Amino acid sequence: MITTMECAVDAQSLISISLMKIHNSRTQRGGIKLHKNLLVSYVLRNARQVYIKEKYAEIYRMQQYEEVMTVCNEIQELNPLDLDAEDADNEEQARAACCGEEMSLCDPACHKGAAQSAAHVRTASTLLGCSPFEDGSKAAEPSDYRSCCMEASPVSHFDQFSADNNRHCNKTTVLDLDTHVVTTVENGYLHQDCCCNPPQCGQEAQSPGKKRKVEFGCCISDMEEISDFTAARKRAKREDCSYSNPDYTDTSNISNLISIFGSGFSGLLSRQADLEQICSKQALASLGAWTRAIVAF
Amino acid sequence: MMGAGGGNSDVQWCFSQVKGAIDDDVAEADIISTVEFNHSGELLATGDKGGRVVIFQQEPESKDQPQCRGEYNVYSTFQSHEPEFDYLKSLEIEEKINKIRWLPQKNAAQFLLSTNDKTIKLWKISERDKRPEGYNLKEEDGRYRDPNTVTTLRVPVFRPMDLMVEASPRRVFANAHTYHINSISVNSDCETYLSADDLRINLWHLEITDRSFNIVDIKPANMEELTEVITAAEFHPNQCNTFVYSSSKGTIRLCDMRASALCDKHAKMFEEPEDPNNRSFFSEIISSISDVKFSHSGRYMMTRDYLSVKIWDLNMETRPVETYQVHEYLRSKLCSLYENDCIFDKFECCWNGNDSVVMTGSYNNFFRMFDRGYRQDVTLEASRENSKPRSVLKPRKVSTGGKRKKDEISVDSLDFNKKILHTAWHPLDNIIAVATTNNLYIFQEKLN
Repeated sequence: MITTMECAVDAQSLISISLMKIHNSRTQRGGIKLHKNLLVSYVLRNARQVYIKEKYAEIYRMQQYEEVMTVCNEIQELNPLDLDAEDADNEEQARAACCGEEMSLCDPACHKGAAQSAAHVRTASTLLGCSPFEDGSKAAEPSDYRSCCMEASPVSHFDQFSADNNRHCNKTTVLDLDTHVVTTVENGYLHQDCCCNPPQCGQEAQSPGKKRKVEFGCCISDMEEISDFTAARKRAKREDCSYSNPDYTDTSNISNLISIFGSGFSGLLSRQADLEQICSKQALASLGAWTRAIVAF
Repeated sequence: MMGAGGGNSDVQWCFSQVKGAIDDDVAEADIISTVEFNHSGELLATGDKGGRVVIFQQEPESKDQPQCRGEYNVYSTFQSHEPEFDYLKSLEIEEKINKIRWLPQKNAAQFLLSTNDKTIKLWKISERDKRPEGYNLKEEDGRYRDPNTVTTLRVPVFRPMDLMVEASPRRVFANAHTYHINSISVNSDCETYLSADDLRINLWHLEITDRSFNIVDIKPANMEELTEVITAAEFHPNQCNTFVYSSSKGTIRLCDMRASALCDKHAKMFEEPEDPNNRSFFSEIISSISDVKFSHSGRYMMTRDYLSVKIWDLNMETRPVETYQVHEYLRSKLCSLYENDCIFDKFECCWNGNDSVVMTGSYNNFFRMFDRGYRQDVTLEASRENSKPRSVLKPRKVSTGGKRKKDEISVDSLDFNKKILHTAWHPLDNIIAVATTNNLYIFQEKLN
């Protein structure tokens, strides 16, 4: 359990500070420092876990309140005999609430009651890139609840250390510094697509991910083979064109941070004019997402 | 609290010298990035962010002042590394000297290895105090004589000249590291050395520059699965087959090169379980090890993480045998230190000659010594105010509670821009070199 300390430790501000650090590291002299950015991503992960927990608690409180108000209103209109079992449960809960039973909104014990109203959460939800919490509080919460309306897609990508985080909405691009192999990993589906196409969401959730490898020429282990690299970049451009589908360009272009650290952001920005457009778009899209994330927080 | 000293409670430290510019406006190129004594302690090398190496030599002890050990004066200065540009990756390669390591002396010349982020260089530092005179075909100023004017022949002879110290690059070990080099370590066999970057460790032969052998590779197949990096590595001082490397997760792995060619599987792993009560947003950062050093005996090793120094017995992997808190009062300030990037500072640590005392730096130009035998520690300060010749250093104290006693300094008054990251201890005597941002302080034991 992460304990907050001193006065102004706020998960949201830590997330924005961390994102700024990562952003600034791209322009630092000497290239991106892998060690420092790895540590920053740990802070980001920790802050994100706390933030999601707090956010869920808040949403749950709001939903419970709304639900109670709705049921209270319905009670006045409906014939009690028309209710089905599920609503009856909620009605009982709402009646209990209406009758003045204290709603401790912040009580973790509420989460047990959440199991009953989990159905409401599920139906109102969209799949989100949040993993089950990895600290000790996992036991207290249902493992598959979702939360909606979270601007968390950029943040979710920083949880690359979670092996069981297989409900991502991301597509990440990795450039290996040594072999110059570009790997695009598609995990799950896209955040925005989830809202529109629930069947697609369900379908994609089954397959944890598929990898597509774009080989840069033959195995380049030596950085000095420039001609191969040049040929390979042209091939990468052709591959990238097939993914210019607008569904992919936005959140899909949010590159995994570690992959950026590994490759050096400026390495992604090719000098060649033909690649520049795509890479710039990629860069801008990723920056835009971070800016949104920073603003949102 | 012990008296200002190390080794035993009678040792007192006094100011000896300070090198570097006086003004507060620090040029970035002058920031000292590494400090290292050679094996005899006669030479002291510093590297800076501008890629320069400055070597100081200790003057022989004079008979007039037996209570004072010799002073260190500039012996040689040279530009070791220049800024470079990697055109393939559009990356600038900093010229900052990350580490200097001396080779044991074999002949009249001195050799050291210096490294920046990508390239290691072997430098030969040699003295020239004679020069040949009496050439037949050349004038004294170097102009060639007309052979027709030569009527007699003579044998050139060596004549004394003013001492000249020359530094020449003898080997350049390049293109072997994709990531940033953080450590180099010379093997006790005096023939090989290792270099470590974030993900790999390479073994070199000092004579061979066009190839190196990769002995550790922790790069995951998928970089998304990266969870830790290598932060430091060192060869065992006596066993030429043994080396250790530390990680950002707070673990140390000891490897035996006899076991296999690739030492990905460690022989021993040293790790202390994390205290769950201390868990915070920054737990991973403060557990990252910034330096690892074997004791001279080879029995122990010391690690430095953000808040503490730990001594490990090589025979026990489960926990350190000793833990010293360097500046525990910073634990409640981690958020601010994260914001201003100080939490990423990489402090080094060092042993004294007989492994009885360890030293490391802190903020506000404080440095700390921990006497292992007497279980005492002291905080001293490197500052211009205490820089009268042979003035004894007064112990400093940081007040952590509410009430601040006289002469104590409160945590909020500490200057986090004044940090001592690099310190070195003379291998034989009680002489220490402490680097502030751009000054090098030399302190000596007070001799009566």
